[in-house]
Amino acid sequence: MDLQIALLLGQDGIVNGAVYGLMALALVLVFSVTRVIFIPQGEFVAFGALSMAVLQAGRVPATLWLLLALAAMVLVVEFWRWKRGAVVDWASALAWCVVLPLAAAALVLLLKPTSMAGQALATLLLIMPLGPLLYRLAYRPLASANVLMLLIVSVALHGVLVGLGLLFFGAEGYRTTAFSEERFDIGGIPVGGQSLVVVGVTLLLVIAMFLFFGRSMIGKALRATAINRVGARLSGIPTELSGDLSFALAALIGAVSGLLIAPLTTVYYDTGFLIGLKGFVAAIVGGLASYPLALAGALLVGQLEAFASFWASPFKEVLVFTLIIPVLWWRSLHSHHVEDEE
Amino acid sequence: MKFFFKPLLIAALCATAAAAWADVNVGVTLSATGPAASLGIPEKNTIALMPKTIGGQKINYIVLDDASDTTAAVANTRKLIAENKVDIVLGSTTTPNSLAMIDVVSEAKTPMISIAASARIVEPMDAKKQWVFKTPQNDIMMSLAIAEHMAASGVKTVAFIGFSDAYGEGWSQEFAKAAELKKLKIVANERYARTDTSVTGQALKIMAAKADAVLVAGSGTPAALPQKTLKERGYTGKMYQTHGVANADFLRVGGKDVEGTFLPAGPVLVAEQLPASHPVKKSALAYVTAYEAANGKNSVSTFGAHAWDAGLLMTSAVPVALKKAQPGTPEFRAALRDALEQVKEVSGAHGVFNMTANDHLGLDQRARVMVKIENGAWKYQP
Repeated sequence: MDLQIALLLGQDGIVNGAVYGLMALALVLVFSVTRVIFIPQGEFVAFGALSMAVLQAGRVPATLWLLLALAAMVLVVEFWRWKRGAVVDWASALAWCVVLPLAAAALVLLLKPTSMAGQALATLLLIMPLGPLLYRLAYRPLASANVLMLLIVSVALHGVLVGLGLLFFGAEGYRTTAFSEERFDIGGIPVGGQSLVVVGVTLLLVIAMFLFFGRSMIGKALRATAINRVGARLSGIPTELSGDLSFALAALIGAVSGLLIAPLTTVYYDTGFLIGLKGFVAAIVGGLASYPLALAGALLVGQLEAFASFWASPFKEVLVFTLIIPVLWWRSLHSHHVEDEE
Repeated sequence: MKFFFKPLLIAALCATAAAAWADVNVGVTLSATGPAASLGIPEKNTIALMPKTIGGQKINYIVLDDASDTTAAVANTRKLIAENKVDIVLGSTTTPNSLAMIDVVSEAKTPMISIAASARIVEPMDAKKQWVFKTPQNDIMMSLAIAEHMAASGVKTVAFIGFSDAYGEGWSQEFAKAAELKKLKIVANERYARTDTSVTGQALKIMAAKADAVLVAGSGTPAALPQKTLKERGYTGKMYQTHGVANADFLRVGGKDVEGTFLPAGPVLVAEQLPASHPVKKSALAYVTAYEAANGKNSVSTFGAHAWDAGLLMTSAVPVALKKAQPGTPEFRAALRDALEQVKEVSGAHGVFNMTANDHLGLDQRARVMVKIENGAWKYQP
């Protein structure tokens, strides 16, 4: 092993780590706001990447029909709740169930974007509303259940989505064309343009989220809900909406990650799970609560993976997932346990 | 008296006639869904092309899906034997499923023809496996073909990268044997998972080892990833793949990065390009024609051809067994097993079968050809 190999591995680790970092951010966000350990996060990556590939092949991705079906189901559920006398926030319900799905349908079916930016936008519009729709269907009726129950729902949802992925896209994988075919030479190390896009977009998203949570009113409301649900409700924050928002952000981040990795590797209907799981390891490093620590964890996972694949490729996954044990041990020694059980 | 006798006689005649004309029931369990679906679907389409009568006897096919799941494969086999009273079982698609089915068929003394690849299904021969036959080539035949081709084109050092599962592990062992025979040195032995998004680490290690050639042991489109990464890093040595990639999706995903790759495959992959003297050309073309007539142009795959060969073995054995016993009886099943073991010079889509008591595969080197990927298509290498 010489310096050049080490640098190349390090670069590979950073690119992979950036994607895991995005996953970790989404997982921490969803968990801290809704206490859901969102295992299907990876499916958004696969759905995003495969929808993009299908759009590039000039066909209509089946995720559109999934989106419309889910939207119709949620509308029926909301209507039924309204009939039974529950308070329904029709503005947000219509936004998620009618406006965004119709916009996505119009973009995919009528405009048929041919430019890469148009296709990427269509993909994001297709995937992002899936988050809040799934939340409303699967999690909201159980919003006050314990973490374990929510985890069980997540596992079930993961199974359903992977099955749908196989049905929609088939068993074989796809690759999309790269956003950037450029190749640079930085200090004798060849760097692919797409790798720079991945790292750049990740940095942008992290900064955007930092500003969103630190500066904007909605971001602050989300943080308040994450810290104390009852307290937030008492000060007039609609905690129901925070669930929608955090899931929408998670789905958006998933779709973006999918767009980023699809040109770098072949994506299959079940690729997302492993990516999501590695993001989860990173999120655990941050105790499922801290964004900067989760990002650091993601970079650690990426580097560990890159170097492990060089030295001991048969044991790569073993090494990555074994990382959880010392981390959990260290965390259980150093953290005081607070369960917010309301 | 006369009154009663006649209907009785008719009834008795009908009973013997029904026994004499009992149909041959063929039970099929395939992985038409689940991870092995890309293999199981063409196999299922092939079952529909098999003969409806053999030796004047009607053949009933009962086709079940095991979803690439071992438990389901065993349950299907039990169901086929107990409820459908099948005389022979065809399947399943994958090695783990087929291995698990051996106990069930040997217990019920029913012959089985597997269409999974591993040599362990029929080797070493024992009291249970004497009921089991298989049609796909053994890995050692394919790895020998690769090693021979490497040695012939001046390759001295080889790097191996395979799936981190039974497929990659099996190939690693078989290829190590073949490489030793041909005096090739394996300078790197790497693994990656089917779902991995990056193999940069492994690729760098292979490049650092300065191997003359690289063998990728993966199946389907995931096998394209190491090759793409190596090309990206500027590797210029020879590339070899296994017959697990012989489908159109691999060419689609691999694109220009897999140009010039060599792989061993069953002759059916390049049936039209085979020289007229090739012993398998006619029988392979027969399958391609039949399959494409039913499923459209360029739809044929080598996996379905294994099922076709299982059907051919059955077709040649059933008439022999019919002379000895009635379908639906234990004697018929035993006779069918014996007849399968006596199969001689039967040309299938993948090769020529010559079964013996110890060899329940029966293929020889006529069952493989070397193929090169040229201009996004498979090219036969004489």
